[in-house]
Amino acid sequence: MPGAAVLSGEHIALTIGEAPINITGRRRTATAVNGQVPGPTLRLREGDNVTIDVTNRLSEPTSIHWHGFRLPNPMDGVPGLTFPGIMPGETFTYRFPIVQNGTYWYHSHSGMQEQTGLYGPVILEPKSPRSVAFAREYVVVLSDWTDEDPMTVVANLKQQGDYYNFHQRTLGTFVADNQRKGLKATLADWSMWGRMRMSPTDIMDVTGATYTFLVNGRPPAANWTALFAPGERVLLRFINSAAMSTFDVRIPGLPLSVVAADGSDVEAVAIDQFRIGVAETYDVIVTPSADQAYTIFAQAEDRTGYARATLAPRRGMSAAVPPMDPRPLRTMADMGMAGMAAGGDKMSGAGMAGMNMGGAPKPADGMAGMDMGTAPAASAGPAMPSGADMAGMDMSGGAKAGGDMAGMDMSEGAAATAPATNADHVDPQKLPGQVNVDNVAMETQDRQGEPGAGLAEGTRKTLTYADLKSLEPGQDPPPAGRDIEFHLTGNMQRWTWGFDGKKFSQAAPIYVRLGETVRFVLINDTMMEHPIHLHGFLFSLENGNTGRLPLKHTVNVKPGERVGIVFTADTPGRWAFHCHLLYHMETGMFRTVLVA
Amino acid sequence: MVLLRLCPAGQASAQAAPDASVAAPFGSPVGDERIYVHGGFDQLEGRFGGGIDNGFRWEGEAWAGTDENRLWLKSEGEVDGLGRVSDGQQELFYDRPISTYFDLQGGARYDLDSAPGRAWAAFGIEGLAPYFIKVSATGYLGGGGRLAAKLMASYDQLLTNRLVLEPEAELNLYSRDDPRRDIGYGVSDLDAGLRLRYEITRKFAPYIGLTWEQKFGRTADLVRAAGQRSSDVRLTGGVRTWF
Repeated sequence: MPGAAVLSGEHIALTIGEAPINITGRRRTATAVNGQVPGPTLRLREGDNVTIDVTNRLSEPTSIHWHGFRLPNPMDGVPGLTFPGIMPGETFTYRFPIVQNGTYWYHSHSGMQEQTGLYGPVILEPKSPRSVAFAREYVVVLSDWTDEDPMTVVANLKQQGDYYNFHQRTLGTFVADNQRKGLKATLADWSMWGRMRMSPTDIMDVTGATYTFLVNGRPPAANWTALFAPGERVLLRFINSAAMSTFDVRIPGLPLSVVAADGSDVEAVAIDQFRIGVAETYDVIVTPSADQAYTIFAQAEDRTGYARATLAPRRGMSAAVPPMDPRPLRTMADMGMAGMAAGGDKMSGAGMAGMNMGGAPKPADGMAGMDMGTAPAASAGPAMPSGADMAGMDMSGGAKAGGDMAGMDMSEGAAATAPATNADHVDPQKLPGQVNVDNVAMETQDRQGEPGAGLAEGTRKTLTYADLKSLEPGQDPPPAGRDIEFHLTGNMQRWTWGFDGKKFSQAAPIYVRLGETVRFVLINDTMMEHPIHLHGFLFSLENGNTGRLPLKHTVNVKPGERVGIVFTADTPGRWAFHCHLLYHMETGMFRTVLVA
Repeated sequence: MVLLRLCPAGQASAQAAPDASVAAPFGSPVGDERIYVHGGFDQLEGRFGGGIDNGFRWEGEAWAGTDENRLWLKSEGEVDGLGRVSDGQQELFYDRPISTYFDLQGGARYDLDSAPGRAWAAFGIEGLAPYFIKVSATGYLGGGGRLAAKLMASYDQLLTNRLVLEPEAELNLYSRDDPRRDIGYGVSDLDAGLRLRYEITRKFAPYIGLTWEQKFGRTADLVRAAGQRSSDVRLTGGVRTWF
């Protein structure tokens, strides 16, 4: 049963067990915490030393990972890396100090338990009063539920990568395209995608065909409702606890003020909607002044369904549920061919086929690395270390220059970095054609100023990563001593996922020296967003707002994008680094970052 | 050794093989070496030509294994109106991915039907060609130095997201006559079909269609000599299913 239980104090006891659940009209078994999905909300206090006893009443091992927490490695709760897991019948005691504040969450790191319900919110209350004022607050946990066994879902995808995609291009689409843009352009476009064996309709791997999208454990029809008094400032703590679903959130009729991202306060951003990747959190202030109900509307990125809740002055009220927006399609930019985005339909097919499959052209990142290496930092004057800079440099090579970053960081006096080292010691030029790689981005971009697939159209102002500025200045990390580059790779046909063409089981740990500041350069070669999560640290997202870089624990990397994240490895241990799409992680998009 | 392991990535550890105990001392945190099992039939159908020309045909496959190592079982054959089984090719393969879209397969084929059995060593590739065309090409080496080859191709044309038109063809070639199996050297036979299926679910799709069997050259001569047709177009209906 969805519950609103709140547990607080320095000593907390949680019991993990099976619980009956009925989301779709069919009885299923959930993995619950204290009998609830989501699990109880934990309110912990910054500065406290907490003790959390977790008892396993399942017939299989379990675990709880404290997502976004800075804590000692043995308390991180990752079976395999930090402990063997909590065995059936056993109790594991987590003990750690709370050294941060904000909106976070917890979830199982064992098998598919997160998909079946093992997740819950954590609010870390600040020691000193928060600068943001509000009259009341609610947690809004977004998630996805399937009546299928999650193992069946993965097995289905292994057999057929588009198993859950019922919005592929058909003969009807061809006829419509033909009418819209002519036969020649349509044939060129279709043959390009056909030659690459990719589909522009790949938005989410697992869709509303099997998922029901939930707010605080309730399906849309159950209409979870939060009350307000008109004129009050209401804090909504959004947490994306879904296994596989990216949501686009808005409250028609209410402007949103984003005041925190991933638990850390940011300068307030006034927007109409925001995209929340899996595992991200956003704190949003709304001020409903009218005596009416408002719909909290969270449509899945692929528009195959939505989660819905209501803000209302009184129980039993509801507002209209808006229609979903048009489904997005992937573009040339998503393929990492930014320079061709504009004329995609007109491209001569032959050239592109060669680009994609031949493996001959050097990837843009390789080029950037080379430039860095050959241009001595001293003579370069203002150095150019950041991932954003490199993306900017790449773009000057042919693609459109990307707004604000083109020269910006260049004027900063950051220290130079050594050329990027590939995390898996793989030559990116050799990635094309590999078994686990169906695409390599040839022209990467910084896309942090873009709202994202399906959100660029229309008049609603959408939050972008470029909008995020840390509220506190002076939190930027020291200059990174080196860059470690990760290609985010996958094969949609084989349904394999990894970094640099390798799954976890095929790769070595990433070594980082204790105390070292490093930049992870993330290059998304795939056509999907990947919410990349680093355990144990809050990293600075290099979004151009130097001096005010936002701290995050999860970065949703867009297709064809190159992003830099920087952190100082001040806590030793084995830290998980992975895509937070549960089935991508489970199939190998995971690394151990060994800090010692 | 410890010092070596603590060197920055790209230096001492550059050539290090994956070391599971270092990355995950308590066992793998993920299931990326899991074994999956699938099986199903692309063709499970009646073929209707009237009277003795009615038949039942199956073509199916099953595989079990990890992403990297799989065991494949393929089976096809047809039962005619008199209960005789023909074209009964049974294959067992080890399968390994070799590129983004192609797998290498090696193993054995046994022709198991109403005619005398034949054993073959088999070696081939299977995968997805550009434009989403599923293809496979397998070469066979049989007793006495007999050679054979089988080429297959199919394509799914989505009319809607559930209504799929699938042209498909299989072509067999042999290096020598095998009269006891009604096979002549050269391109021996084509089995092609055009099937329209409706995916009630991904795993259960009834279909209707047309099939065309054509014997060529020496094979056609042998078949005609036996009093059978060398070309046969029939209506078909069946179900495509997998688990």
